[in-house]
Amino acid sequence: MKPDSLHIALFIPCYVDQFYPKVGIATLELLEKLGCKVSYPQGQTCCGQPMANAGFERNTVGTTRHFIEIFKDYDYVVAPSGSCVLHVKEHTPAIPELEKEQAELHHKVYELTEFITDVLKVERIDGSYPHRVGYHASCHGQRGLRLASSSELNEKPFSKARKLLENLVGLEWIELTRTDECCGFGGTFAVTEEALSIQMGKDRLEDHLVHGAEILTGGDMSCIMHLQGIASRNKQTLQFKHIAEILNEAIS
Amino acid sequence: MSSRSEILGKIKSLKLVEKPLPESPAFAVSPNLEESFVRSILSNKGEIWTIQELEGKIRSGTFSKVYSKVSEFESFSNQELPSDPHEFADLDLAILRGQFGVAENGAIWLEDADLGLRAVPFITEHLAILLDRNQLVGNMHEAYQKVGMAESGFGLFIAGPSKTADIEQSLVIGAHGAKSLLLVLV
Amino acid sequence: MSHSVQAAEFLQDAAKSKWHDETLWFVRDKRDKISHTIPEWEELRELASKIKDNVLGNLDTYLEDFERNATKNDIKVHWAKDAQEHNAIVLSILQEKNCKAIVKSKSILTEECHLNPYLEKSGIEVVDTDLGERIVQFLNQPPSHIVLPAIHLKKGEISDLFHEKLHTEKGNEDPTYLTQAARIHLREKFLGAKVAITGVNFGVAETGEFVVCTNEGNADMGVHLADVHIACMGIEKIIPKREHLSVFLRLLARSATGQSITNYTSHFRSPAPGRETHIILVDNGRTAQLGRETFRNSLKCIRCGACMNTCPIYRRSGGFSYESTVPGPIGSILSPGLDLKKYSTLPFASTLCGSCTDVCPVKINIHEQLYAWRQEITKAQGISPKSLSMKLGNGIFKSPLAYKISGTLMRAALKTLPDSLLYNPLNAYGKSRDLPELPKESFKDWYKKNRE
Repeated sequence: MKPDSLHIALFIPCYVDQFYPKVGIATLELLEKLGCKVSYPQGQTCCGQPMANAGFERNTVGTTRHFIEIFKDYDYVVAPSGSCVLHVKEHTPAIPELEKEQAELHHKVYELTEFITDVLKVERIDGSYPHRVGYHASCHGQRGLRLASSSELNEKPFSKARKLLENLVGLEWIELTRTDECCGFGGTFAVTEEALSIQMGKDRLEDHLVHGAEILTGGDMSCIMHLQGIASRNKQTLQFKHIAEILNEAIS
Repeated sequence: MSSRSEILGKIKSLKLVEKPLPESPAFAVSPNLEESFVRSILSNKGEIWTIQELEGKIRSGTFSKVYSKVSEFESFSNQELPSDPHEFADLDLAILRGQFGVAENGAIWLEDADLGLRAVPFITEHLAILLDRNQLVGNMHEAYQKVGMAESGFGLFIAGPSKTADIEQSLVIGAHGAKSLLLVLV
Repeated sequence: MSHSVQAAEFLQDAAKSKWHDETLWFVRDKRDKISHTIPEWEELRELASKIKDNVLGNLDTYLEDFERNATKNDIKVHWAKDAQEHNAIVLSILQEKNCKAIVKSKSILTEECHLNPYLEKSGIEVVDTDLGERIVQFLNQPPSHIVLPAIHLKKGEISDLFHEKLHTEKGNEDPTYLTQAARIHLREKFLGAKVAITGVNFGVAETGEFVVCTNEGNADMGVHLADVHIACMGIEKIIPKREHLSVFLRLLARSATGQSITNYTSHFRSPAPGRETHIILVDNGRTAQLGRETFRNSLKCIRCGACMNTCPIYRRSGGFSYESTVPGPIGSILSPGLDLKKYSTLPFASTLCGSCTDVCPVKINIHEQLYAWRQEITKAQGISPKSLSMKLGNGIFKSPLAYKISGTLMRAALKTLPDSLLYNPLNAYGKSRDLPELPKESFKDWYKKNRE
């Protein structure tokens, strides 16, 4: 398939837009390097996930309708976030009169790494990235979108992110003790269960640090924002990057 | 209205759609049943003894009160089966015969007729089970095929000695029931 | 008290909560290892789930079959619509037998019904015989975990307790020594009890038999020495056929503790000569849950506790933080069905990470049901996102950090985030975490400048 024959919309989560524009830029540049024609629809807003997870899915009808209208005409919608993609696919209320568009959209929305491996069918990415990298699998990407095998299941191990990273020259993939434990962000959980959230984050960081990670990466900036916030407060020396940033840097 | 009809009535009023029962396929089992069975017993903290070892231990006086339900050890049996199991409160060793064993987990099937009294394998300090090494099945599916529609009032799988890990997850053998399971393959 | 308050308290003792987390993780790890030795593991989960689907769609017939077959085998079958009736049935049997002391093996159902205090009020001595349950009973506590009842206690605490109750040597913390002391103590109770109560792991409709699994052998010690056996079973514990036990028994112990089977798996079909067996079939909210389509398959639960061992919240907050008989993820979807108000914070005590769903041997979609309960709870409580944020809002301006960036953040977030993530949050969020540095321009602004 020729990537440039398709028109791809970038779906940039609201907090990425506001706090991590560099991740949005890296995602855009990376897709362009892979030959895609990418647009960023300007009218996009929050997908409604924080509302829905807090128990107010029914209040996200407007947001969801807006989302469908903004994105329905593209061939694919790609986001550097497993969590927001999962939300759009599974936790949005049915929108009357847009049922068809909504159903189609659910099949067109992709998280970045799965778009690269499953739609663009990229088998390997060549480049160089001489660093010790720890990968934090976000739960919504991992167990929600099945971007990697889950440690609970008896299945053949796989990881779409690892597939993209492992051929980069010099990159050392850090094996963790708990390969896919939650970091404790969880949206509103981070504030309603603040003590637990912090402890879970500290424990995740510890796992990366004892195994010698130099850079912690992942597919969801929400997890990373939380982990980075704790590491920074505790003066832990670890760098944080979205996987799009690593891939984008490595290729160039 | 009785609670019985109230409960059943509530369920019936839901008019739930019955979903079909799935068919259970035949799953592959270990090519070496005895080896797997022994491994399972050991990992359940049971012990594998030879018939000579068991005889020797009994002769040496390790167990003073012995009850055997199996003919091979009849001569060592010095206790009659009481009508009240409480009388076995100080039984040192019970020797029973298992019907068959399950390779995947070391479970051994026994029924009323194999026990004498249901309390025997629990109240005894130590339990020895004789099992025909040709009576092994691969997994629990095969085990229940073998149990079939047996109508014993009580049947059980014993897979090891009484054990607990309720204190800090430290494994301790000998909680309430038999402190050992001595398995003799014959 | 809300789950978060309880959790924060549990985390105060950092060393103990770390131990709790690591110990339960170890159990989960054992479960992972053993489940990976079974190539058909995922198929077994699917089979178990489908068998339970069939049960839940046909529960009335199976219960009638069970009753008929059990009765044929001389088992006396009782029906209890709620906890109160269950307890009254137990008491009436005890009174009829003039029984003043009973032994009881592990039964989450009797915990759910609060049977012990009920019987004790009538002057009956209840002795829980599972070691972990005996320990928590000495402390007047409920179990903190459905499979590992005393997992919240360290051996030093148990040593002190046994010193007081069983006169063991002061300071002797050796688990073998302590277990031996309990063995001697409980043996006397077993030998003295005329009635034994047990729970039920599975009831088989086809044969009218029921199955009880233990490692300690305490259920059998009690039952086979007593004149009367009373088994208490939730109506959802029914399975259609004896052969189905194979599927569930292959999954249960492996999921629970990482062992291939419990050391004792007893099949009670009819009472021993001269003895009596009673079984009480208990509803207590189960038919109501059966009627809730979204939450129906929570009734598939076989009480293995795997979702507790895997849950990153449970491991770090302890079982008591849930204040419900069944704690952890499964408790958080079962309990709101019993009392929505009391248990309203439980479905929020989760990051929706989904580990519980993947670990569940009967494939209950636990995390999806947590999400669905959240929707129900906000609806039932009549909270709007706005009022919630007002309730949560503890004054953003109390935090200088929040104040400093609030202007910028508010402008950005107002367009995107609901209020509930805005007000209180900035305080709580920033308490132990640094907020991200604000970039000079948003992605949107950058895109306009560079790509349009």
